[in-house]
Amino acid sequence: MARDHISHGFTGRRRESGDPARIPPGQYLTRDFPVLSAGPTPHTSLDEWTFTIDGAVDAARTWTWKEFLALPHEAPTVDIHCVTKWSKLDTRWRGVSVDTLLEDVDTAGEYVTARCDGGYTTNLALEDVTEGKAWIVFEYDGEPLDPEHGGPARLLVPHLYFWKSAKWVRGLALTVDDEPGFWETYGYHNRGDPWLEQRYQGG
Amino acid sequence: MVERVAETARAKSVLLDLPGWPGHRAGQHVDIRLTAEDGYQAQRSYSIASGPEDDRLALTIERLDDGEVSPYLTDVLEPGDELELRGPIGGYFVWEASLPGPLQLIAGGSGIVPLRAMLRHWVAADRPVAARVLYSARSLDEAIYRDELLGLAAYDELDVRIALTRAWPAGWTGHRGRIDRALVDAAAWPPQERPRIYVCGPTAFVEAAAELLVESGHRPDSIKTERFGPTGG
Repeated sequence: MARDHISHGFTGRRRESGDPARIPPGQYLTRDFPVLSAGPTPHTSLDEWTFTIDGAVDAARTWTWKEFLALPHEAPTVDIHCVTKWSKLDTRWRGVSVDTLLEDVDTAGEYVTARCDGGYTTNLALEDVTEGKAWIVFEYDGEPLDPEHGGPARLLVPHLYFWKSAKWVRGLALTVDDEPGFWETYGYHNRGDPWLEQRYQGG
Repeated sequence: MVERVAETARAKSVLLDLPGWPGHRAGQHVDIRLTAEDGYQAQRSYSIASGPEDDRLALTIERLDDGEVSPYLTDVLEPGDELELRGPIGGYFVWEASLPGPLQLIAGGSGIVPLRAMLRHWVAADRPVAARVLYSARSLDEAIYRDELLGLAAYDELDVRIALTRAWPAGWTGHRGRIDRALVDAAAWPPQERPRIYVCGPTAFVEAAAELLVESGHRPDSIKTERFGPTGG
């Protein structure tokens, strides 16, 4: 948008936005948890669920649901920001840090592609999912993660727009080259930093 | 803004004259940004209601009583006022006349808006494939583009079914109540026709419709969805 045109007669609501310093530009606060997905919600039974790290790695690793739950848990409380403009503060999750999953992995890759049931993918720089910045979460607000919000497990990368926090995640592939994922090939920004308002390509 | 048209008691279309507009594909949306005198800004996304071939860009906006942007667009904005928008945005939930296979459009409430853009594109392209529309609205009065849809139903290649969930006129022979398996099986293309399916509406509607389609045997990757959150205000 080229300039700030004054919208005659618009005052805005200035919702009780909590701490304005926590709402990125162009976002508004919501207390609901809206859903954005491109297709039907997949339902994978926990017996069949696995999580795999593969791609440019020394050896692929796969966990069953049981093995995954046995990994050390963390319980991040974070603010999340969706590209469709809503932000939600202090969301509570439980899951496994991506650092834990990559602990013994030897890789030449500098990027990851998250793979999901339903065929959805998203790409991230390795440095955006390591050092305490990303988790594979299976609980939201103390309850098992609902399928429409990505259950049984989703990626959580709260410092980027929420489409990067891929629902129904089943694995991470390490890649040497950056390979645009699903929304990224449909015009959304490659990285998606909400504080820089990186919503769409070319802006 | 050139003109505002009431579609229903709560939904209005704003017709925009956009010099330099690059054109859009049916199903895409725009971002609208409002700026108050003191610099306060609010942004929302709205689906484009017009077809790519239409002269003016149309947005159809449902007024949300607790909304911040929609009441401005439906009640305050006047013809002649300028509006700041960005777009077109989105390359996934789009239909183009060159795509093969029958077209299946399924909408709940204001989810009909991007599907109407697809229908207008379908008409402008001389109806290249057979199409079916299944539209769930609360009542006939709240069915957006009702007359246009029923008019288009005169085409042999188009089947329009309206389902009413809350109220229906005396003698209504269409579906009453929420979308269910029997309605999907009766009104939608069968899976073996390999339809290209677009579902748009509130989250609960889209979840239900997509689930019913998958149960009926439609391939999940043939179903494109777009959900309107409850806070789309």
